[in-house]
Amino acid sequence: MASAERGLRVVGKALRKVDAAAKVTGTTKFADDLFLPRMLYAKLLRSPHAHARIRSIDTSQAAALAGVKAVLTGKDLPIPFGILPVSQDEHALALDKVRFVGDPVAAVAATTEETAAAALARIAVEYEPLRPVTDAGDALDHPEPRIHDYGDLGNVHKLIHLEFGDVEQGFQDADLVREDTFFFEGSTHLPMEQHAAVADWSADGKLTLWSSTQTPHYVHRALAKVLELTPARIRVVACPNGGGFGGKSDPFSHEIVAAKLAMVTGRPVKITLTREEVFYCHRGRHPTLMWVKTGVKQDGAITGMHFRSLLDGGGYGSYGVASTYYTGALQTVTYHVPRYKFQGARAFTNKPPCGPKRGHGTPQPRFALEVHLDKIAEQLGLDPAELRLKHLVPPNSITANWLRVGTMGLGRCIEKVVQGSGWKDKFRKLPTGKGIGLACSSYITGAGLPIYWNPMPHSGVQLKCDRGGGVTAFCGSTEIGQGSDSVLAAIVAEVLGLDPLDVAVVTGDTDLTPVDLGSYSSRVTLMTGNAAIQAAERAREIIARHAAAQLDVSPERVAFAEGRVFDVERPERGLTFADAVQLAEAAEGTVGTVGSYTPPPSPGKYRGAGVGPSPAYSYSACVAEVDVDPATGIVRVPKIWIAHDVGRAINAATVMGQIEGSVYMGLGEALMEEMAYRENRNVVHKIPSLLEYKSPTTLEMCDVVTYVVEDPDPNGPFGAKECGQGPLLPVPPAVANAVYDAVGVRIDEVPITPEKVFKALRRKEKGEPGRFGPAGFPDIAWPAPTRVPPPWEGGDGKAVPLTPGASPGTTRSRKPRARARGQ
Amino acid sequence: MPPPPAPAPADAKTKIALDVNGEPVEVAFAPHKTLLEVLREDLSLTGTKHGCELGECGTCTVRVDGMPVLSCLVLALACAGRRVRTVEGMAAGGKLHPLQDAFAELGAAQCGYCTPAFLLAAEALIAGNPRPDRDDIKRALSGNLCRCTGYIKIYEAVELAAARMRGERAEPTPESLYGVR
Amino acid sequence: MLRLPSFTYLQPRTLEEALAMKADAGAEGMYVAGGTDLYPNMKRRHQEPRTVISLMGIRGLGGCETRDGGCAVGPCMTLTDLCSHPTIRQHYDTVAQAAGLVSTPLLRNMGTLGGNLCLDTRCNYYNQTYEWRQAIDFCMKKDGHICWVAPSSPRCWAVSSSDVAPVMVALGAEYVLVGPGGERVVPAARFYHNDGINYLTKQPDEILCRVRLPRPDGWDAVYHKLRRRDSFDFPVLGVATWVQWQPGNGKRETGRVAEARIVLGGVASWPQEVPEAGAALAGTSLSDEAIAAAADAAYRPAKPMDNTDFDLSWRKQMTRVYVSRALAELRRRRSAR
Ligand SMILES: Cc1cc2nc3c(=O)[nH]c(=O)nc-3n(C[C@H](O)[C@H](O)[C@H](O)COP(=O)(O)OP(=O)(O)OC[C@H]3O[C@@H](n4cnc5c(N)ncnc54)[C@H](O)[C@@H]3O)c2cc1C
Ligand code: SF4
Ligand code: FES
Ligand code: FES
Repeated sequence: MASAERGLRVVGKALRKVDAAAKVTGTTKFADDLFLPRMLYAKLLRSPHAHARIRSIDTSQAAALAGVKAVLTGKDLPIPFGILPVSQDEHALALDKVRFVGDPVAAVAATTEETAAAALARIAVEYEPLRPVTDAGDALDHPEPRIHDYGDLGNVHKLIHLEFGDVEQGFQDADLVREDTFFFEGSTHLPMEQHAAVADWSADGKLTLWSSTQTPHYVHRALAKVLELTPARIRVVACPNGGGFGGKSDPFSHEIVAAKLAMVTGRPVKITLTREEVFYCHRGRHPTLMWVKTGVKQDGAITGMHFRSLLDGGGYGSYGVASTYYTGALQTVTYHVPRYKFQGARAFTNKPPCGPKRGHGTPQPRFALEVHLDKIAEQLGLDPAELRLKHLVPPNSITANWLRVGTMGLGRCIEKVVQGSGWKDKFRKLPTGKGIGLACSSYITGAGLPIYWNPMPHSGVQLKCDRGGGVTAFCGSTEIGQGSDSVLAAIVAEVLGLDPLDVAVVTGDTDLTPVDLGSYSSRVTLMTGNAAIQAAERAREIIARHAAAQLDVSPERVAFAEGRVFDVERPERGLTFADAVQLAEAAEGTVGTVGSYTPPPSPGKYRGAGVGPSPAYSYSACVAEVDVDPATGIVRVPKIWIAHDVGRAINAATVMGQIEGSVYMGLGEALMEEMAYRENRNVVHKIPSLLEYKSPTTLEMCDVVTYVVEDPDPNGPFGAKECGQGPLLPVPPAVANAVYDAVGVRIDEVPITPEKVFKALRRKEKGEPGRFGPAGFPDIAWPAPTRVPPPWEGGDGKAVPLTPGASPGTTRSRKPRARARGQ
Repeated sequence: MPPPPAPAPADAKTKIALDVNGEPVEVAFAPHKTLLEVLREDLSLTGTKHGCELGECGTCTVRVDGMPVLSCLVLALACAGRRVRTVEGMAAGGKLHPLQDAFAELGAAQCGYCTPAFLLAAEALIAGNPRPDRDDIKRALSGNLCRCTGYIKIYEAVELAAARMRGERAEPTPESLYGVR
Repeated sequence: MLRLPSFTYLQPRTLEEALAMKADAGAEGMYVAGGTDLYPNMKRRHQEPRTVISLMGIRGLGGCETRDGGCAVGPCMTLTDLCSHPTIRQHYDTVAQAAGLVSTPLLRNMGTLGGNLCLDTRCNYYNQTYEWRQAIDFCMKKDGHICWVAPSSPRCWAVSSSDVAPVMVALGAEYVLVGPGGERVVPAARFYHNDGINYLTKQPDEILCRVRLPRPDGWDAVYHKLRRRDSFDFPVLGVATWVQWQPGNGKRETGRVAEARIVLGGVASWPQEVPEAGAALAGTSLSDEAIAAAADAAYRPAKPMDNTDFDLSWRKQMTRVYVSRALAELRRRRSAR
């Protein structure tokens, strides 16, 4: 094994996770598993209207019910919050307006959950309905009534226009210019665990909140703000999450409400959402309409690319501004794009808010780009794998939009899946109904910039070395099933020569652990890993100093392995780790160290450069094989080959699990998952249930052949890059490209449902274009572009000042239609 | 015809005796409570999880008289005198059940929320079919959703455990732990 | 946690006891078998019985015995037991197959044949929580006055979603019902009503006690199911086909269809028999043309509404495909014999 060659004892192995035994015995305590003495149960009353003003709320009947201990409305929690500083647009309970069916309006705490539910039915709310905005196109058409009184234009939340070099020139230099439009439907995380929180207010005025959250640090901030408590009086404990995928990364109404109810009643309060309510929390994939125009040379070299996206954001900001930037950020990190222009818009609509779902804002453009390239390859008569291989972004380079790429293993990934799948013998050669398709992708290993811009570290680790030989690692990171606790233990164990099970990890607790920003943007392994290395190396240095004195060698000669501290040159001379710690402790006092990590600054200095930079980019390539039944349009995916450049696997088994799980989720999005609404019926969610929101079962899941490619990145701990999100991205486009290979129709829209394939096939039979997808992209009044010359045009990463008199952008000429589906 | 027993007032607690994980248990609860609710709330057996409470996910799977069923749709009262097995009953004497061991070894439990249900469904499968092939496993577990794993590590763990339970000396393949390198 | 409303739970040991309990409870009482339909519905407040009477402890409602060459199945047999019962597998494999396609293995361990045959009709405006239904205002199937699927319609179009019921109708099974007035036997086809609310002709106090399957003599049947996922999902289209082969001289059969029935599930509020489709097959030997004619005949009256998974026009198109495929399979089975 590779790791053995490099002398690594823990890193790279497929070890049991440190919490594996707890998980397989059912002893892991998820938030809903907590039962405290005298605990009350809370429930939320939610809006039955998509868009309405609240005229009045009468809670007297509810409060009078026996067993009810407190009732809250918006007036009790008037301070707004939100995950991003620029979108503090949520209230724990609607203050004067509701913005989607399911928006929380009032809350009750009672002695039983049933009593709380009965009390909700006794709250009388008078609403004044407003015209609801049903989707992004509708938002463009109807700037009034506004859903929020902020945003770039009417019901458009955010408009972005970035230009890196002269794309028009790029198109002129091209041998072929192609335009396509795509639509990627919204989908949701659907963690098996429904969100839950338990709050406790102690007699000495301290608040504790246990919650299924991926971001205890931001929940801590939101609680302090909304409850007007000093942060020092609030403790947020992230319970292990029963799946998150991005869906538990915002501070939520139910968390704040549980805390407030605990404060009001002086008793612990639990709230557990029902599955339907989890659909209302959402924060999932933005439905996104996209238009892309690319110029290429005969050999497939891209000369310029122009990309537009229109995101349906739902009722609140959430991470939406970042999501919108992400739909334009990573097009440049896979294949060389010398000139690039991006225009992105996010609309407010009266639906549950969208936010960050696995891949955050990048699966949609990745789908568009990879299908678009498949079409370009066909037009040029090139093999799509060859086309990609020829024009890869070089490692250690800076892209047109000023992202610094480090190691880049995409070429190796493509070669693996091409070889493994027998691509050359299958592509365009399989019998009708069988097809094969290829797509690639890249993802960030942690966002280069924090949500609150400040110079502090993104991740901190504290180590305590015990005289018994145990080490405790304290870190704010949160375990959501991805294995972050195990990564932390493994890295500390590697550096200190211990067994990971001798490292205790204490994570996700704002009282006990230094800040880590949370389990999002695939940042944890890299950032906590680097912080852990620093803390562990510092501890090693202290311990080595005293062990060296004892062994009478220089500290450089002291090695740590297998629970021993010894002289490398005479390994039999040494002492146990515990003895070494005792020497250090006797000499210097308690042995404790800290480590922290801040990502390197990004070369991009323009407004908008904050989204996209990352210490390292992971790469994936995917080949999907499909069976399409031409009589029905039903698509089955028997097998997927996926190769992922993870830099270095810290725990090989965990990496496998993340890759397979990503393929699973990508497959669901490719074929069936869909957040569907009844636009003509109050914009209710059509199917807020686990039965009707279609998540693939064992019988839909394909076989997966996984190739782990290791191209260690100097920025990653032991070279590690992410693997939890990136491998999802290439799956939908690979399936779409395979469907085309199988039956010759282009489904430019995700999910690829049988109806769409069937319609496209019928069109093709009639001699029309065999395609299903959106007809066009609406006109949008884009702002004037931020112009940033790419590195090769001599720029410095800053925007150039606007030339006076430059056109402020296209004006809206005709009535825009955002989603002309089924055309 | 004997007169029907007089109904208890709806919310008054009713007491039943049953066997939970091999232990005789007496428990009193409101008659409309499901087995899921009684296990978690009245018997503190929180190893049994829930994802929908409507029979749509399989997360609440337990075994009643050996049969894997959905505890969210079983009335606890209907379990009087029956044998109920939950994840808490699987490890014995401080030792993991072979299925638990294999799940831990392969990383078949990611977040671990669906895991108790998968373990019990798999245990019932192996009880009736000690040598299940991949298709048998897929079918037997087709009533359990997992959002984390893509099921593959779960299949491999069931295969591994089944082999070990047959007395074979089975180990995970390098590809399943390390991928194809 | 989504919870059940409070109710009284009764566990009678005999039919008489059960009927008496139901008589006592009146309209507020309901029978339950496996509970996999009733309990989710109660959690969503579709049905709110004050008294729930379990049939599972009643002696004589389980099992399966052969009688007059046919077979009588107890309604409280779970679908899992039904699928694996030797008699059913040998002589009524289509029943076993349809039952085996219901939902998930876990639900089949709980759900019964009787519950499946009495399954409430479904609609995705109806199978929603109380709060959801409140948000668009209730529909006529529960608590309201309008049908959201067809707002000008005087009736409810909720969909018959049982997998086994269409097979029973196709086979010409008979149901034995016991009520306060005694026993009666109804053909499966007449057990159902094409109305989303009053979808059964059974009186609320009647208990389905036996399902009689016809003797296996020269007929064959096949069931095909369309749904999004191969597990969990209800049928959005079920096709049950049955043919009686013409007896030939002596033992040899001629390979011609004497009589045929095609029954569709998931497209109406009852298992929808399409007599024209059956008629198109009589006298043929299931030639491609005959199959096409039958599929065409089945396609025409199929009237899916926008209240299940999938696009309704596609579902209608699929009737043709699925009927053709089911008939082709019957033909294959015939020639393989
Ligand atoms: C997630 C999910 C998926 C499902 N998928 C399918 C599917 O794919 N196909 C399918 O067909 N079904 C499906 N079902 C429905 C149901 O599980 C099955 O139909 C099952 O067989 C119902 O049987 P039961 O005994 O549980 O019914 P119960 O819930 O006990 O009863 C259903 C109804 O029948 C009445 N009843 C039951 N037995 C009798 C009797 N002997 N006499 C008189 N009345 C009686 C009850 O009063 C009740 O009104 C699904 C259910 C769920 C929750
Ligand atoms: S068909 Fe109409 S009346 Fe019937 S359940 Fe659906 S919406 Fe209600
Ligand atoms: S909790 Fe989902 S099936 Fe029981
Ligand atoms: S391991 Fe998370 S849902 Fe299965």
